[in-house]
Amino acid sequence: MSDSVSVRVNGKPVTVRAGATVAVAVLAAGATCRASVTGQPRSPLCGMGTCFECRVAINGEPQRRSCQVLCEAGMEIEANG
Amino acid sequence: MDSVRHLSFDVAVVGAGPAGIAAALAAADSGVTVGLIDDNPAAGGQIWRGVQSAPQNSASSIWFQRLNKSAVQLVRGARVFHAAKGELAAESDDSAIQISYGKLILTTGARELFLPFPGWTLPNVTGAGGLQALLKSGLDIAGKRVVIAGTGPLLLAVAAYARKCGAKVVAICEQTTRSRMVRFGMKMLLVPGKAPEALRFAYELRGIPHWTDCWPVAAFGSRRIESVRISRQGQTSEIECDYLACGFHLIPNVELPRMCGCRLESGFVHVNEYQQTSAPGIYCAGEPTGIGGLELALAEGEVAGYAATNWEDRAKHLFAKRARYGKGVRILKDAFPLRPELKNLARPDTLVCRCEDVPHERLREHGCWRAAKLHARCGMGPCQGRVCAPAAEFLFGWQIDSVRPPVFPVRCASLAAVPSHSAAARN
Repeated sequence: MSDSVSVRVNGKPVTVRAGATVAVAVLAAGATCRASVTGQPRSPLCGMGTCFECRVAINGEPQRRSCQVLCEAGMEIEANG
Repeated sequence: MDSVRHLSFDVAVVGAGPAGIAAALAAADSGVTVGLIDDNPAAGGQIWRGVQSAPQNSASSIWFQRLNKSAVQLVRGARVFHAAKGELAAESDDSAIQISYGKLILTTGARELFLPFPGWTLPNVTGAGGLQALLKSGLDIAGKRVVIAGTGPLLLAVAAYARKCGAKVVAICEQTTRSRMVRFGMKMLLVPGKAPEALRFAYELRGIPHWTDCWPVAAFGSRRIESVRISRQGQTSEIECDYLACGFHLIPNVELPRMCGCRLESGFVHVNEYQQTSAPGIYCAGEPTGIGGLELALAEGEVAGYAATNWEDRAKHLFAKRARYGKGVRILKDAFPLRPELKNLARPDTLVCRCEDVPHERLREHGCWRAAKLHARCGMGPCQGRVCAPAAEFLFGWQIDSVRPPVFPVRCASLAAVPSHSAAARN
C-alpha cells in the first residue's frame, strides 16, 4: 500500500499522506475551501464536521465537508482557490 | 441514485469515540447485536482521531483491537439526523440508512465553543481542538508559526501536539487568571492519572510562553491570518503567525439527546447512576453528561453498555472507577470561567453566524435566539447554529432550547426515506 495519495485541487496536482482528509489537501494546495454568502474566503474551523466551513465540491458533488472525507487517488476537488 | 439500507440492532450506539466504543463493547459482552454508528470516516472520536494508523498509542490500541475482534458492527460515515421511538434515520455518502433498535446509547461527544472577535473568520484561524483534528488528519504544519489561545487544559494538549508535528508554537494565551491556573494545577495532581500527564506536558512545552490573563483581540490578514493582536494582562501586542488555534472550552453535543426527549440539566444530559436518561431505553455517556475527559468517558460508556443489556452487576462494578475519574469534572468547571471581557471582543460588523454572515449589530437588537433566527437568519445555515448558538448564549445570555429534525442537513432522498409513521410519531 502506498503511503501517499495524489488528488487535484482546482486542477492542480497535490500529494498528501495516505489517510489525509480532503481539507488537508485543499490547505496543502494553498487554496481556501469555500466562499461565504458574502464572498469571504473560508477554511476549516472545527476540523470535526460540525462547522461546515470546509465545504468543497468533490468529484462534482458540491457541499461536501472536506474534513470528513478521506482523499482517494484521482479525486477532483473544487475549492475556493 | 440513493439506495436505502436497513439495519437492526438490539443496542444502537451513536458516536464512536471512547465512550461509544466502551459502551458498544460492554453491550456486546451479552451476545446481543450492537451497532456503533459514527459520522467520521473511522472510529475513535476526536481524541483518538487518526490513531488507528499509529498503533504505538497503547491506551487506544487496546480498545481498537477489542473493537476489531468484537461482533460490534461499525457503521462509519453515517450521520444520524432523525430519531423516533425505536428508530434512527441516518445518511451516508451514497445511501439513506434506517436503523431500528431496542436500546439506544448516545455518546455524541463534544465540540468547541468559539467566540467571535474581529478576524476570526479568516482562513487558518481554527479551533484549538480544530487544529489538532486537522493535524491528526494529515495537515503538514512543520515550521509554521502557531499561536494557541482560548481556555482550558486542551490548549496545552494542542500545543504539545502541534510542536511534536514540527510547528513553532509562538505562545499559549490562556484567558483565565494566573491564580486560578495554579489552583487548577494543584487540584489536578490529586486526580488519578492526571499527575503524569501534567508533568509530561510541562516537559513537552518547555520554552513556550504560557501567558495567563491573555486572549486574542483581533486577527489580521488578507487571504489568511498573518498576525493576531492579543491582550495580555491589560496590554495589547501583535504577534505574527501562520495559524491561530483558538477554543473556549468544550460544549456537549446534545442535539440528538434533546431530539430523543432526554431531559437536560444545566445544558448537560441528565442521567441516573446507570447512565440512563429520562427517556425510556435511552442511555447517555461521555461528554454530553458532563465534560470529564477520556477515562471518565470510558467508564461511563462501559456502565451504559452493561446497563442497557440488563447486566447491572457488571455496571455496578464500575461505579467506583467512574466516581474517581468524575472528580476532574468539577475542577474543570470551576477553574476556567470565561471572563466578561470576552463578550466585548466582537465589533458591530464582526460576524457571529458564519454560515449566513450575520454580524453582531444585527443580533443585539433582538431579545432572544428565536427572534434572531427569524429576522436575521442567525443559525439558519448548514451548521444549524452549532457554532453561533453557543456563542450567542454567551454573548447575549439567550436560552437556546429548540431542536428539530433533521439535526444535520441531508439530501432530499434521505428525508424521503424516513418512514412516515416515525415522522408522524414525533410531532
